[in-house]
Amino acid sequence: MNVAGRIVAREANGRSSAATLPTQPFRLAAGGLVDRSRTLAFTFDGKRYAGHPGDTLAAALLANGVRLVGRSFKYHRPRGILSAGVEEPNALAELRSGARREPNTRMTTAELYDGLQAASQNRFPSLAFDLRAVNSLLSPLLVTGFYYKTFMWPSSFWEKVYEPLIRRAAGLGRAATGADPDHYEKSTTFCDLLVIGAGPAGLAAALAAGRSGARVIVCEEDFLLGGRALADRRRVEGRPAASWVTEAEAELESLPEVRIFRRTAVFGAYDGGTYAALERVADHLPVPPAHQPRQRLWRIVAQRAVLAAGAIERPLVFGGNDRPGVMLAGAVRSYLNRFGVAPGSRAAVFSNNDDAVRTVADLAAAGVPVSAYIDPRPQIPAAVRQVAERAGARVLTGAVVQRAVGWEKLLYVRVANDTGQEFVVNCDLLAISGGWSPTVHLTSHAGGRPQWREDIAAFVPGTPPPGMTVIGAAAGDLALADGLAAGARAGAQAARDCGFSVADAPVPFADAESTVIAPLWRVRNATGKAFVDFQNDVTATDIRIAEQEGFRSVEHLKRYTTLGMATDQGKTANINGLALMAEYTARSIAETGTTRFRPPTTSVAIAAFAGQHRGREFRPTRLPPTHAWAQELGADFVETGEWLRAQQFSRPGEPDWLATVSREVNAVRNGVGFCDVSTLGKIDIQGADAAEFLDRVYANLFSTLPVGRARYGLMLREDGLVMDDGTTSRLGETHYAMTTTTANAARVLQHLALCREWLWPSLDVQIVPVTEQWAQLSIAGPKARAVLQAIVDPAFDLSNQAFPFMAAGAGTVCGGVAARLFRISFSGELAYELAVPARFGDALARRLMQVGNDFGITPYGTEALGVMRIEKGHPAGPELNGQTTAGDIGLGRLLSKKKDFIGRAMAARPGLTDPNRPTLVGLRPLDRAARLRAGAHFLPRDAAATAANDQGHMTSVAFSPTLGHWIGLGLLARGPQRLGEVVRAHDPVRDGDVLVEVTSPVFVDPQGVRLHV
Amino acid sequence: MRIPCPHCGERGFQEFAYYGDAGPKRPAHGGDTGEDVWFDYVYLRDNPAGPHEELWYHAAGCRTWLVVTRNTLTHEVAGARPARDVALERSAAP
Repeated sequence: MNVAGRIVAREANGRSSAATLPTQPFRLAAGGLVDRSRTLAFTFDGKRYAGHPGDTLAAALLANGVRLVGRSFKYHRPRGILSAGVEEPNALAELRSGARREPNTRMTTAELYDGLQAASQNRFPSLAFDLRAVNSLLSPLLVTGFYYKTFMWPSSFWEKVYEPLIRRAAGLGRAATGADPDHYEKSTTFCDLLVIGAGPAGLAAALAAGRSGARVIVCEEDFLLGGRALADRRRVEGRPAASWVTEAEAELESLPEVRIFRRTAVFGAYDGGTYAALERVADHLPVPPAHQPRQRLWRIVAQRAVLAAGAIERPLVFGGNDRPGVMLAGAVRSYLNRFGVAPGSRAAVFSNNDDAVRTVADLAAAGVPVSAYIDPRPQIPAAVRQVAERAGARVLTGAVVQRAVGWEKLLYVRVANDTGQEFVVNCDLLAISGGWSPTVHLTSHAGGRPQWREDIAAFVPGTPPPGMTVIGAAAGDLALADGLAAGARAGAQAARDCGFSVADAPVPFADAESTVIAPLWRVRNATGKAFVDFQNDVTATDIRIAEQEGFRSVEHLKRYTTLGMATDQGKTANINGLALMAEYTARSIAETGTTRFRPPTTSVAIAAFAGQHRGREFRPTRLPPTHAWAQELGADFVETGEWLRAQQFSRPGEPDWLATVSREVNAVRNGVGFCDVSTLGKIDIQGADAAEFLDRVYANLFSTLPVGRARYGLMLREDGLVMDDGTTSRLGETHYAMTTTTANAARVLQHLALCREWLWPSLDVQIVPVTEQWAQLSIAGPKARAVLQAIVDPAFDLSNQAFPFMAAGAGTVCGGVAARLFRISFSGELAYELAVPARFGDALARRLMQVGNDFGITPYGTEALGVMRIEKGHPAGPELNGQTTAGDIGLGRLLSKKKDFIGRAMAARPGLTDPNRPTLVGLRPLDRAARLRAGAHFLPRDAAATAANDQGHMTSVAFSPTLGHWIGLGLLARGPQRLGEVVRAHDPVRDGDVLVEVTSPVFVDPQGVRLHV
Repeated sequence: MRIPCPHCGERGFQEFAYYGDAGPKRPAHGGDTGEDVWFDYVYLRDNPAGPHEELWYHAAGCRTWLVVTRNTLTHEVAGARPARDVALERSAAP
């Protein structure tokens, strides 16, 4: 039995009548695009209701007679459903539960599904009885700018009192606390024409272009195509508009180059014809189907775009215009005609334009009596009057609604006309229309300024982004016939622009209509609160106050009153707000202008922007060739940039990481160990000018390096500071193998490419990154040669004479595997780096474990590597920090005087050669038991801890198992001249204050004897 | 923004790394250039409003440096050429 079935059973028990479905008292007997053959059950605030497929949550609630759906942000006033679309300011719900709970979902766009759970927001303890509605009584205190005014003093109150209070009282729903269990993806696609909005105009454009064979993408925010054609009882080409939509949709589906993206909102227009869209793939289902994302973020690259996003109806500003039961006139027609729902049982219509009288006719046709048609215009066209009167409505011209009366539901409205007569009109539904605002948002993302058109009382697009044409209601052409014609024209033109030939086709026609409007920005003599921005509770009075207090620019108005700053971004509020500001400042609306619209036009979940890049997938993880082997050994891993490297190989019984690392260091210093160093950048450099090229990019000489030798190289930036270091070997007369640090591998490659292609294009040199082609293991320790001897093929002579320190060569290992061997050392021990093709890296590690077993071979990780380099005083990342010169890290002697090189001239600047600069030294604690901290600052022994006394900082520290105490490297002003001096290493963050002795940075084997054995 | 890479075709700018103005000419290698000229080359840049020739690196593509002509006001990209070609042309010019 499905959920609906269970409800049926329950209600049947409670009511004694058998097998009745939960009633939907406001569902019309017929009509609408919902599937009445199926019933869906859902809950709202825990209460069960029924609806049909094709309903939105708002439509289903209205069908069940639920009018009160939320409380307002500031005053906690009862609120109902205002609209039938994305512009909805009031009807926001928390959808779903647990980790899938999503706040601020618009009920007017949330598609109903079986089992949907929704909860109202912003109420305590319940929607019907909200204690915080008392805020309404405090409203004189809560007017515009109340944040700024009330919470100025004392400042400590902000954090402790006001902010928690506001957060609890004025939250907009609760975000889920668990991690989102669904996944999201990002995709890029291309087309000739992107049609944004599949109302009649958009469909006409898509058909005209699609028939030519152009690649067309149609994006429609709604789950049905058709736009207003679904909501209005209109005729296109002599057929009901909805039937025309069905046929157009079927034809588009049949065109192979046309793609229709339903439930997809285009929310941003970017440079180069790039558009961003959000496809709600599975928001209309309880959980996404297997292997489907919840939402998909599209990047659509289009040669041409047609914006047919329609228009959004404006509310009228009068007292109590936020009462549940006050609804936009167009939305009333949507509920009647598209959903087969009556949003009330007795209606009145209040409008300043010719369009809204359709609502009178549609209500009457659906059997909802209309008490009155209220129009502020003294004279209205005869046709309008006729339609209203035929529907049985009393026509009140020159009349306005001064106040809507009721609390949780509308009871009646007070109307006054221009002769001073007052009327009470009974109704529980007031349909309002202040005219339509073209949806221009996307046209201003590239900087276009909307233009005010007085004749239609609307902002129309200024200069749209290149390649975009705006048509239909979005362009201010509200009449259906105009939209269809513009669509057919724009679609054909776009196809021609993309090189397709377009056959002449008749333009779809529709009946004529009047869209005449007489602006009414607010009702004078309105009583009670007259809301402009429903979601942020901004009233006409608030705008008046902003004007009086000098916040007159629209940008100031927005920030001061929060007009247009809520989740709906003021879609129903902005124009009314700035029109009021124009009135109060006696400027025209054109002079007042609008705020800038920026992407996104509608709220987009952060998860959609993140896509698959979450958690560990935030960025790619690169694994060195020995990763699987290290994992089997139970290594701990550390992220170094994108790489995941073995940090240490702990053994059972070792108390902590320090014990493990110390064991690894001791093993290398006294026996033999090995470590994967494949992550270092490796760049192959070849060509007749390779030597000259290296002389230019390195500070020291490489043209003098004999073939078969390696050399430490230091690279500067153009500004004279150190860029990177590494060893580079000469494998042949015109062939070098460069290594870089792990962190700078990509940056150095980019730099070398710039040098080669841009600075010195005539040099004959080629550079290729080969980091991933070679697995490189460092085998270090007094017994390294013995281990290596066991795997190199016989032709390799490893003797100290044949292959001395800093030798480099190629050969084979393990019976014919190509290899490169470098006798270089980071640890200070006898050491080799052996490189084999990456695919042999794993096997090489395993073979070394085998052949090294008798020698006690010990794999070591990045920690031991780091400890040994600190013991040897080699600078690394913390010292090559982008602020140090060669001299600062003790390598000033490398700056060649025999040649020019990048950074030479700038490195000679006085500021970079100042002898007082902090320079690399070693440091050891006077109290040998004391622990050192990287980041500690150096102070003269008895000086106060002030910035003026700062003399540098500790860059790297380690516990040296070789020496049995902590050691550090640091940059100390005039350091090398202060050996033996005692300074303070001051660490206020961790409360450290240690006296340290300045020493040479080389703590172990200062003569380098071990390297040469 | 879309950049027409001469090797890879038109691609989104996210694939590229921006370097900056392609105008400044590096003082000759091995020359005896004054510090002020170096300072100008390394640090000083114009900020033109309109078409601008600038260096972009196709990091997630062909790894080639390009000279891209971009309008700084509209982000319209007028074209892209391999930086090496441009550099050779400039060095050939008197």
